[in-house]
Amino acid sequence: MVVRMEHVHFSYGQKVILNGLNLHVEAGEFVSIVGASGCGKSTVFRLLLGLENPQQGRIKKHGKIGYMPQHHQLMPWRTALDNAILPLECQGVKKAKARKQAQQLFIRFGLAGYEDKKPYELSGGMQQRVSLIRALLTGADVLLLDEPFSALDALTRNDLQKWLKDIVHLEQKTVIFITHDIEEALFLSDRIFVATKKPLTAFECMDSTVSKAYIYEKIGGAMR
Amino acid sequence: MKKIVPPFLLVALLLISWEVIARVLASPYILPSPLQILKKIWLLREPLLTIHLPATLTIIGIGLLISLVLGVALALVMDASTWFERAFYPLLVISQTIPTTALAPIFVLWFGYSIWSKVLVTVLIAFFPITMNTFEGLRSVKKGQFELLQTFGASRWQQFWKLKVPAALPSFFTGLKIAVPLTVIGAAIGEWLGAQAGLGYFSKRMMTQMDGAGVFAPIVVLSLMAVIFAAILAGVEKKYMGWRKE
Repeated sequence: MVVRMEHVHFSYGQKVILNGLNLHVEAGEFVSIVGASGCGKSTVFRLLLGLENPQQGRIKKHGKIGYMPQHHQLMPWRTALDNAILPLECQGVKKAKARKQAQQLFIRFGLAGYEDKKPYELSGGMQQRVSLIRALLTGADVLLLDEPFSALDALTRNDLQKWLKDIVHLEQKTVIFITHDIEEALFLSDRIFVATKKPLTAFECMDSTVSKAYIYEKIGGAMR
Repeated sequence: MKKIVPPFLLVALLLISWEVIARVLASPYILPSPLQILKKIWLLREPLLTIHLPATLTIIGIGLLISLVLGVALALVMDASTWFERAFYPLLVISQTIPTTALAPIFVLWFGYSIWSKVLVTVLIAFFPITMNTFEGLRSVKKGQFELLQTFGASRWQQFWKLKVPAALPSFFTGLKIAVPLTVIGAAIGEWLGAQAGLGYFSKRMMTQMDGAGVFAPIVVLSLMAVIFAAILAGVEKKYMGWRKE
């Protein structure tokens, strides 16, 4: 077990978001969370990242957690390489050493030659790859990816999905992935957590052999 | 090149019209022609450039430096504390409703003909755009970027230097670009109201002598100075803020 949430309660003011949620993810798993907007998916991430604290219940984490936000959040004044090394800089690693480390990942991720480009000079797909390199450079064992490909065109999205699957396998990372795209979830994941209740008490857990229609029906049921 | 042509043509047209009107009027003490002003600048080049320009530049330099320190400090304090923001914000806005030209004689009463009365006028006019723009810049940081840095374990100091400062720089620059010409105006107003040297003072002295071209000569030098400052700032901004294209 790498991540476990036990009976977690969380609400924003009067609005209950999580009501005794249980969740566990094993090491090396690729888990997707799907559900309607506002069902509490992002709140789960915020709790795991320590940006919010549960009002009741417990969260256990083994190892470091890295985060890749929906919008790349690259700093526009930094070059691609200097954006990627930001977590290392925050850990006090010398810039030269950090750049050397990031440079290796730029080569492996097909971004060689783009190190000195500013974010606005990169394509959407490239920006997301830099964002993932940045998440990897946190040294995290668990990666939380929040709809990382949602803003990309269909072709780039397909490419990056395949690319991500390979990278995660190679790097042996545990991934929790939020998406609205059920096909994406089915393609990438070992298990799929479907948010079927609101407020969220538990995810309905499915493997990647279920049909797209079945998941839609489950999500639809929760929205009705 | 394409960018330069329209303003160049317009300025040329205005100057030619001015020259024609001035020649028709033929009253140089009321409206001297551009050529007469240029001749005057050449004639008075020594007192203008060796005595009065340095005097005005000193006021501008000191005034701008104080405006920068005060402006940035106020912006930082207001950004750091809501209490200070609530306390200072209305006061800052009110400070801009005060007619500085009307107050300047009082500053002369306080500080005499020393440079400080002029510096105070300059600071009163110039600090405001620096404060407001820097403050807006500090506030422009997106919540998502902040939270991302938190997930990297960044300290408050790191968040400030790696996120707030670079994010605020473009707005700070905008403030500076507004403030610099204002310091030139502030210095000239101050000198008009009481000084022993400076381009504003010189212009006023020429007016008492009914020397129209002499009144304009230092004003032209002042304007040129403001244009040069603006060009330098634009160059620096282009070099270091290229990322604003995003």
